[in-house]
Amino acid sequence: MKGSQAIIKSLTDEGVDVVFGYPGGVLLPLYDVIYDSDLRHILVRHEQCAAHAADGYARASGKVGVCIGTSGPGATNLVTGIATAYMDSSPMLALAGQVATPLIGNDAFQEVDTIGMTMPITKHSYQVMAASEIPQMIKSSFYIARTGRPGPVVVDLPKDVQEEELEYPSKIKIDLPGYKPTQKGHPRQVKRAAEHIINAKKPVILAGGGVILSDSSKELQDLSKLVRAPVTTTLMGKSSFPEDNPLALGMLGMHGRKASNLVVDECDCLIAIGCRFSDRTTGDVTKFAPNAKIIHIDVDPAEIGKNVDVDIPIVGDAKIILSHLLRVIKRTETRPTSDWADYVSSFRASCMPRLSFDEAPLKPQQVIKEISEAITDETIVTTDVGQNQMWMAHYFTTRNPRTFISSGGLGTMGFGFPAAMGAKVALPEQDVVAVCGDGGFLMVSQDLATIKEYDIPVVVCVLDNRYLGMVAQWQRLFYEERLSHTHLGAVPDFVKLAKSFGINAYKVERPGEMKETLKVALESGEPTLIDVIIDPKELLPMVPPGCGLTEMIGEYKVEREYPDEIPYRPSAQEKGGNSDE
Amino acid sequence: MNEQKNHIISALVQHSPGVLQRVSGLFTRRGFNIDSITVGPSEQDGMARMTIISHGDERVLEQITKQLNKIIEVIKVRDLDPEGTVTRELCLIKTHATTERARSEIMQYANIFRGTIIDAGPENLTIEITGTQDKIDALIDLLRNYGIKEIARTGPTAISRGSKTI
Repeated sequence: MKGSQAIIKSLTDEGVDVVFGYPGGVLLPLYDVIYDSDLRHILVRHEQCAAHAADGYARASGKVGVCIGTSGPGATNLVTGIATAYMDSSPMLALAGQVATPLIGNDAFQEVDTIGMTMPITKHSYQVMAASEIPQMIKSSFYIARTGRPGPVVVDLPKDVQEEELEYPSKIKIDLPGYKPTQKGHPRQVKRAAEHIINAKKPVILAGGGVILSDSSKELQDLSKLVRAPVTTTLMGKSSFPEDNPLALGMLGMHGRKASNLVVDECDCLIAIGCRFSDRTTGDVTKFAPNAKIIHIDVDPAEIGKNVDVDIPIVGDAKIILSHLLRVIKRTETRPTSDWADYVSSFRASCMPRLSFDEAPLKPQQVIKEISEAITDETIVTTDVGQNQMWMAHYFTTRNPRTFISSGGLGTMGFGFPAAMGAKVALPEQDVVAVCGDGGFLMVSQDLATIKEYDIPVVVCVLDNRYLGMVAQWQRLFYEERLSHTHLGAVPDFVKLAKSFGINAYKVERPGEMKETLKVALESGEPTLIDVIIDPKELLPMVPPGCGLTEMIGEYKVEREYPDEIPYRPSAQEKGGNSDE
Repeated sequence: MNEQKNHIISALVQHSPGVLQRVSGLFTRRGFNIDSITVGPSEQDGMARMTIISHGDERVLEQITKQLNKIIEVIKVRDLDPEGTVTRELCLIKTHATTERARSEIMQYANIFRGTIIDAGPENLTIEITGTQDKIDALIDLLRNYGIKEIARTGPTAISRGSKTI
C-alpha cells in the first residue's frame, strides 16, 4: 500500500468520516486517494476555515476534527485555526503537506517549517519521514488529541512519503512512555475537598470548558443540587450547566453577569472545575474570590497554581473526580445550609439583565432574545469574537452542553461561521446558528461558497453595526472616544453578498423581525444569512482591565426591579464589609 | 515565595528530532530563564538526558517542571537538590602564551586546578578543565592576566548522589 492510502486507512480506522481541506501540489498523491475513497471531503475556500470547521466539528460532537492543508501557505493558513483549537483544548488533527524529504531545508517551492511553526500551538506534532511510520503516527495523534487535556496535533506529510510503499501492520501499538494523563483524582485530596465543601457556608462552583470536554455536565448538576451550590461558568464553560436553573449565575469575568461577579467575590469556597483562571475570568487576581478557599479540579497539572493560588488541587478527569466527590459527600450528613442558595437565587433574580428593548435601531439584547425564542434547547449556536460574542455569552441562555461554541482563549475573529459549518456537518439533525459581527464574518465570508456547494444549512446572523465594536467600545471608554480605524464603512451589502453565492438572505431592522426571519430560515432547511442592523452605540457592561470583579462600570440594566424581596444585596459600592446574612 | 533561586533540572527525554527545540521553545514562550542546557545520550537506548540550569522563584520552577512534563517526548523531570547533586562542567580555554614564564605559570595553574594542556602552539596554550562552575570561573580569572583568546564551556551537567536515579 502507498503512504497516501495508509493515511486514509488510518483515518477511517479511527472512525473519521469527514475531513475539511484544501488541496495543493504536495498533496496530489493524498487527494488522488481521497478521489475515490469513502471519506467525505469538504472543500473549504480558505484553509483557516478548514481548521475552524474541524474545530467546530470537534466541539459539537466530542470527536476529533480533521483538517488538511498543503505545504507552505496552506500550512500557514491553518495556523490560526490550530492555535484557536490549542487555546480552547479542542481535539483536532491537522494534516499538512510538505515538500519531498530530499528538498526539506532547501527553501523549496511552498516550503515552510510547519513543525517548527506550530510547536508552541500544538499538543504534539509528527513529521513523517518514512511511509512505514504513518500508521503509528496517525493512531498516536488521535490518542494524544482526544485524551487528557485535548488539543490539536499536526502531522507533516512530505510528498515522497505519500508515494512510498509500506506494509500496513495488522496491529498498531501506541508507545508513548512520556504521556500518561492522570485520570483519577488523589483520594485524599477528594476527601479534603468534600470536607471543605460540606462545611462551607457560601460555596460556589466555577465550571470551565473541562466540564464539557469530559462530558460531566450531569455530575456538575448533581453536585450543585446536592450541596446547593450556585454555578457560574467561564466562557468555555458556558452550556455546561443549564442557565435557566435558579442556581445558574451565568458567565463570570470581564463581561460576566453582575450576579456572578459579586457572588464569587462573596463566596467562602470556590469549586473550580476544568478551568484555567484566565485573566478575562478573574480580573485582578489579587482581588479574585478574596474570601474563598479554592478547590481546583483539572486534568492538566500545569494549570494548578499557574494563575491563582489554590488551596486544594485535584488533578484528573473532571467526570471521574466529580463522581468520586459526589460519592464521598453522599456518605455524610453535613451539608451547607440552604440560606446561601436561597439568597443567591433571589439576588440572581434581582439582577437578571434586561433583554427587552422595543426600539430601532435594534438593541443586541432584543436580537438575542428573539434568537432564543426562535430556536430550541438543542440548537447549537456559535459566536464570533468581540461584542457579538460577549453579548451572546452575557445575554443568551444555554441549556445543554456543546450547544454554545466560541473561540475563548485565542479570541479568533472569523471563527463563528466556519465553526458553525463544522458543527452542522458533525450533527446534521441539529439546527446550527452562527452569531457573528460584521467584521469577523467578512474575514471568512468566502466560505459561503462551501455551505452552498455542500448544502450545509447553517444560519448566519450578522450583527451589523459597521464597527469593530469591541475595540470601539474600549476606545470610547478608555481612549477619549478616538475611534481609530474601527469604523468599517458602508460596504458590503451583506444581503447582496450572500445572494451572489446563491444563499438566501434577509435584512432585519425592527423588533419582532428577527424571531420570524430566523424561524423561516431554520424551517427552510437551506443555508441562510440574516443581516441584522443593530445600534452601534450599545456597550457591554464590563470590568475594566486590571480591576477586581466587583469594579464593574457602566449601567447594568436589569429586566425587572425587585425592590423589597432581597434581604441583602451586595453591590459594587457597598463592597468592603462582609454580610452576615 | 518570590525568592529567586538557581535550579538544576534533569530531564530524561526521548532522543527524537525536535525534542531540544520543544524544550528550548517552551522556555522562550513561557518566559522562563535558561542559563544553560546540556544534552547527550543516557543509559537507556533511544533516551537522552538533559540538564537545564535555570533560575526563578518557586512558582516559576513549578511551572517549568509541569510544562516540561507536558511535552510528549519528556519521560521524567526532576529538580535536583543542589546539596545531593554532583555537577560538573567541561571548559576549554585558549590563552596567549608567548613567553617561557607565562607558559610555565599557566601550566602550573592548570595543574593546581587539575586541568590538562591539550594543545600548544608557539603563541598559545589550550587548557581543558572540568569541575564546578566556581572552580572554572576561578581558573578563568587567573588566566585573564595572560590574555584569553577563546573559551568554550559546555554548561553544567548533573547527577544525583548515591544510588537513587530519576
